Amino acid sequence: MAGVLVYIETDKDRVAPISFELLGLARQLTEQLGGSVEALVAAADPEPLVAELAGADVVVSVQSPALAAYTPEAHQAVLVEAIRSREPQAVLVGYTSAGLDLAAGSATATDRPVVGYCVGLAVDQGELVADSQLYGGKLVATTRTRPPAVFSVVSGSFPEAAGRSGGRGERVVMDPPDALNHLRTRLVGTSSGGDGAIDITKAERIVSVGRGIGGPDNIEVAEEFAAALGAELGASRPVVDSGWLPKERQVGKSGMTVKPKLYVAVGISGAPEHLEGMQGAGLIIAINTDPNAPIFQVAGYGTTCDLFDLLPALSEQLKAAG
Amino acid sequence: MHIAVILKQVPDLVEEVEVDASGAGIDRDSVKWKLNEFDDHALEQAVLIKESTGGEVTALALDGDGVDQLLYAALARGADRALKVPTSDERTDAPRIAAALAPVLREMAPDLVLTGVQAADDLHGQLGPILATSLDWPHVSVVSGVEVSGAAVQVQQEYSGGRMATLEVQLPAVLGVQAATRPPRYVPISRLRQIMASAQIGEAAAAGEAAALGSTVTRLAPPAQGAGAQMWEGKPEEIAQQLLDVLRERGLLGA
Ligand SMILES: Cc1cc2nc3c(=O)[nH]c(=O)nc-3n(C[C@H](O)[C@H](O)[C@H](O)COP(=O)(O)OP(=O)(O)OC[C@H]3O[C@@H](n4cnc5c(N)ncnc54)[C@H](O)[C@@H]3O)c2cc1C
Ligand SMILES: Nc1ncnc2c1ncn2[C@@H]1O[C@H](COP(=O)(O)O)[C@@H](O)[C@H]1O
Repeated sequence: MAGVLVYIETDKDRVAPISFELLGLARQLTEQLGGSVEALVAAADPEPLVAELAGADVVVSVQSPALAAYTPEAHQAVLVEAIRSREPQAVLVGYTSAGLDLAAGSATATDRPVVGYCVGLAVDQGELVADSQLYGGKLVATTRTRPPAVFSVVSGSFPEAAGRSGGRGERVVMDPPDALNHLRTRLVGTSSGGDGAIDITKAERIVSVGRGIGGPDNIEVAEEFAAALGAELGASRPVVDSGWLPKERQVGKSGMTVKPKLYVAVGISGAPEHLEGMQGAGLIIAINTDPNAPIFQVAGYGTTCDLFDLLPALSEQLKAAG
Repeated sequence: MHIAVILKQVPDLVEEVEVDASGAGIDRDSVKWKLNEFDDHALEQAVLIKESTGGEVTALALDGDGVDQLLYAALARGADRALKVPTSDERTDAPRIAAALAPVLREMAPDLVLTGVQAADDLHGQLGPILATSLDWPHVSVVSGVEVSGAAVQVQQEYSGGRMATLEVQLPAVLGVQAATRPPRYVPISRLRQIMASAQIGEAAAAGEAAALGSTVTRLAPPAQGAGAQMWEGKPEEIAQQLLDVLRERGLLGA
C-alpha cells in the first residue's frame, strides 16, 4: 500500500510552499496509515523539482513537453494515472487554483470521495477526520472519510518545515499517460498581472477595504485614512471585481500575499481566501460591524464600530497630531 | 453557441448561519438565501458572450425552495431559457448534484457549461470538474474572463500572487467562473415583474438515484476561539484614540 500521495505544485519553477506543507502532513498521516510519503511531479523537466523533494520517500515523476506549463487537463490526466498506479490511501492537493481544478476531478475519475477546504486532517480508527472551513470561515465542518480519498488543503494550515526533509528519496519514473497526446486545452500565454506601478507587497502599512465600504464613492474615506497613516491601500476581491480598485491592490488567494507590519482590515469579513494573503502581518486591526466576522480570529485588535464613523475620526486625529 | 449556466442559492453570509439541532447541518429556515456570488458572475459572463457572439443561454438549477424566483431573475438578466431539474432527495453536495445534472447536460449538449468557481457551503468538491470529468469534457476553474474563438474559448485562469494564464479550451467545455469580464448588471424590478408575468420555467426529466458521498459530516460548529482580538468599545473618537495609542506604542505611526 502506497500511503499518501502529494500532488506537487510549482511557483516560478520551484516547489510551491503549499507542497511542503502537504509533505509534512503526509508524514504525519503515514505514521498511522502506513506506507510511504509519495510526491508526484509532472513537468517538462522534473529534475530540479525532484531535487527539492527531500521530504518524500518516493518521488514519482512524469516527464513530457505537454507538461511544460500547467493546464488542468494535462495535470489531471497525470494525477489520475498516478492514483491508479500508486493506489494511495490519501491524496493531498493544495486548495489553490490547481487544487480547485484537480481534487474533485481526479477523485471522480478514480471513484474516491473528496473533501475540500481542509485546515486539519488526522487519522482516527482507520478513518480520515478532516476539519474544513465552510461559510466563509464562519463554521468548521468535521468529516469522517474511509480511505482511499482525496483532500484539498488550505495553505497556511500546516508547517512547511516538516515537509522539507526526512524522506527516503526513492525514484519512480512514470510514463506519460496517453491522454497527453489528445489534449483539448492549450496554454496561450501567461502574465504576472499589473505594470509594476503599484506593489503592495513592499508596503509596511496597509489599509485594506472590503465590501463593507459599500461603493466606489466611499473609497475616498479609506484613502484619506491611509494617506494620513502613510499606508498603501489594499482591497478584498469583491472590491476589485466590482471595479472600485485595481487588481494590483487585491490581497488574498488570487491576489497578493502581504506581510506588512500593520494591516488594517476595513469592512472585510475574513474569508479563508482573504486570510491566506495577510495572516502573516505583524499587527492586524479589524474594523467590522459583525462581531462574529472571522477576521476577528486573526486580528490582534478589533472593533465593531461602523467604519463610516471610525475612519473620519481616525483621519481627523492623525491630522491633528500632525 | 449554446451556453448552460448552473445556479445555486447559498446562505447570505452577512447574516448569521446557525447550526441545527443535529449539530451537523445548518438551520436552513433561519438563513437568508441568495444567488451564489460566483454564479452571479457566471450568469453575467454567459450573457456577455451571447451579446458579443450570439447564441443562447439556458439557466439551470435544482428544484427546491425559491428556485422559481432564482430562475426568473436569470431570465430577467438575459438568459433565454430556464430549466429546473427535479430531485427526489435533498442534494447539497457537488458529487450528488453532478449525478443529477450530468444526464440533463448530456442530452442538452450545450457548447459551454458555466458554473460558479465554488459555493462556500459545499465541502465535497467542485461541481464543475466533477461534471466535466463525468462528461469527459475539459474544464478550467478560477476563470476570470472568457472569449469565444471559433470552436474554442480563450479563458483567463488566475493563480496566487497576481499571476494569470490564458488557456485555449476546445468546446464543449466546463468553466468555473470566479469573475465575469464585467461586474454583474443590475436589473430593474419592473423588468423582473414583466418576466414573471410572461416567461415559462421548464422542467427537466427527473434525475436518477444519487450516489453515496463516502464521507460523513459529524459536526458543524463555529471555529474554536483562539486568543481572538482585543475589542475596543466606545464612541468613534474614543476608539480612534485607543487605536492610535496602540500604533504609537508599537512605533507604527510616523514616517
Ligand atoms: C478561488 C477563490 C479565490 C479567491 N481569492 C480571493 C482573494 O484573493 N482575495 C479576497 O479578498 N477574496 C478572495 N476570494 C473571495 C472570498 O471567498 C470572499 O468572498 C471575499 O474575501 C469577501 O470579501 P469581503 O470580506 O470584502 O466581503 P464580505 O464577505 O461581503 O464582507 C464584508 C464585511 O463588511 C462588514 N461591514 C459592512 N458594512 C460595514 C460598515 N459600515 N462598517 C464596518 N464593517 C462593515 C460586514 O460585516 C462584512 O463582514 C476568493 C474566492 C475564491 C473562490
Ligand atoms: N445544488 C446546486 N444547484 C445548482 N448549482 C450548483 C449546486 N451546487 C453547486 N452548483 C454550481 O456549482 C458551482 C460550484 O459549487 P460547488 O462545486 O458546490 O462549490 C456553484 O457556484 C454553482 O454554479
